[in-house]
Amino acid sequence: MRIFVNATLNNVSAGSLSEVLNELGYNDAAIATAVNGTFVAKSDRATATISDGDRIEILAPMQGG
Amino acid sequence: MQLYDQTVDSRLLLGTAQYPSPDILTRAIGESGTEVITVSLRRETAGGSGTRFWDILRSQNKRILPNTAGCHTAQEAITTAKMARDLFETNWIKLEVIGNADTLQPDVFGTVEAATALCADGFDVFPYTTDDLIVAEKLVDAGCRVLMPWGAPIGSGQGIRHPDALRAMRAHFPDITLIVDAGIGRPSDASKAMELGMDGVLLNTAVAKAGDPIAMAHAMSLAIQAGRISYQAGAMEPRDMAVPSTPILGLAELV
Repeated sequence: MRIFVNATLNNVSAGSLSEVLNELGYNDAAIATAVNGTFVAKSDRATATISDGDRIEILAPMQGG
Repeated sequence: MQLYDQTVDSRLLLGTAQYPSPDILTRAIGESGTEVITVSLRRETAGGSGTRFWDILRSQNKRILPNTAGCHTAQEAITTAKMARDLFETNWIKLEVIGNADTLQPDVFGTVEAATALCADGFDVFPYTTDDLIVAEKLVDAGCRVLMPWGAPIGSGQGIRHPDALRAMRAHFPDITLIVDAGIGRPSDASKAMELGMDGVLLNTAVAKAGDPIAMAHAMSLAIQAGRISYQAGAMEPRDMAVPSTPILGLAELV
């Protein structure tokens, strides 16, 4: 399945968002997620189904003013 | 200073961007005496740099105020705020909806729209806004108990461009916490903001880009305290002509 993670094309086999995050190595990271522009809470990642062509945003804490 | 249901002693809020090193950042945070630091959300890299930065911030034991910097629409800002709440586990959000890429001026219409949705969703919204009273009223109507008017454009270091407008905001919103966000360049600017009756000052570039950020964090902290005490003490009004401070009464006639 081809999906976009932070605008970069990735090939993954997983079906749910938490499985995708695991597959990409984000399991323990301090991150927040959105799929196709819609926020997906930490607690909903296991049930959020990922489909071919989906755009996933993975955001992390960064310096800010 | 009251920030929704939290009371903080320090009236300085400090940004975490643009410091020469993580070590200087943490020492500047310590020297400033701040209790609130701002952070943003950006795309995580494969190396996990965001997680490492988060570990540094958490070790500071400060309250975290996440921002929506870089958002140009209300919808982007709302989604970013929800992501920030999920990650940082706080209802606080520094709402920025930018209207112009050159001036980084807030889109006040988008800001009011996003503030209305976020307040209804249980967020404690800290909106970056202009010094316009009507916009401020709309934000208060939306549920904001803190307003963050600009002193001058973000990162410009121009100080307080419209002191009269900030004075009017103070008079108009006696019960709202007012924090000058953006434009402060020097401790004298921060002092001036406080002397106008602002409750606090949010700084980033003025500290991070100083020759010695740690010393500047200290100077800003002192200036904000001095400005606050000055406001409470009630400064004299300026006069056009000189008035002798030494009494005339009892002056000798020596000619």
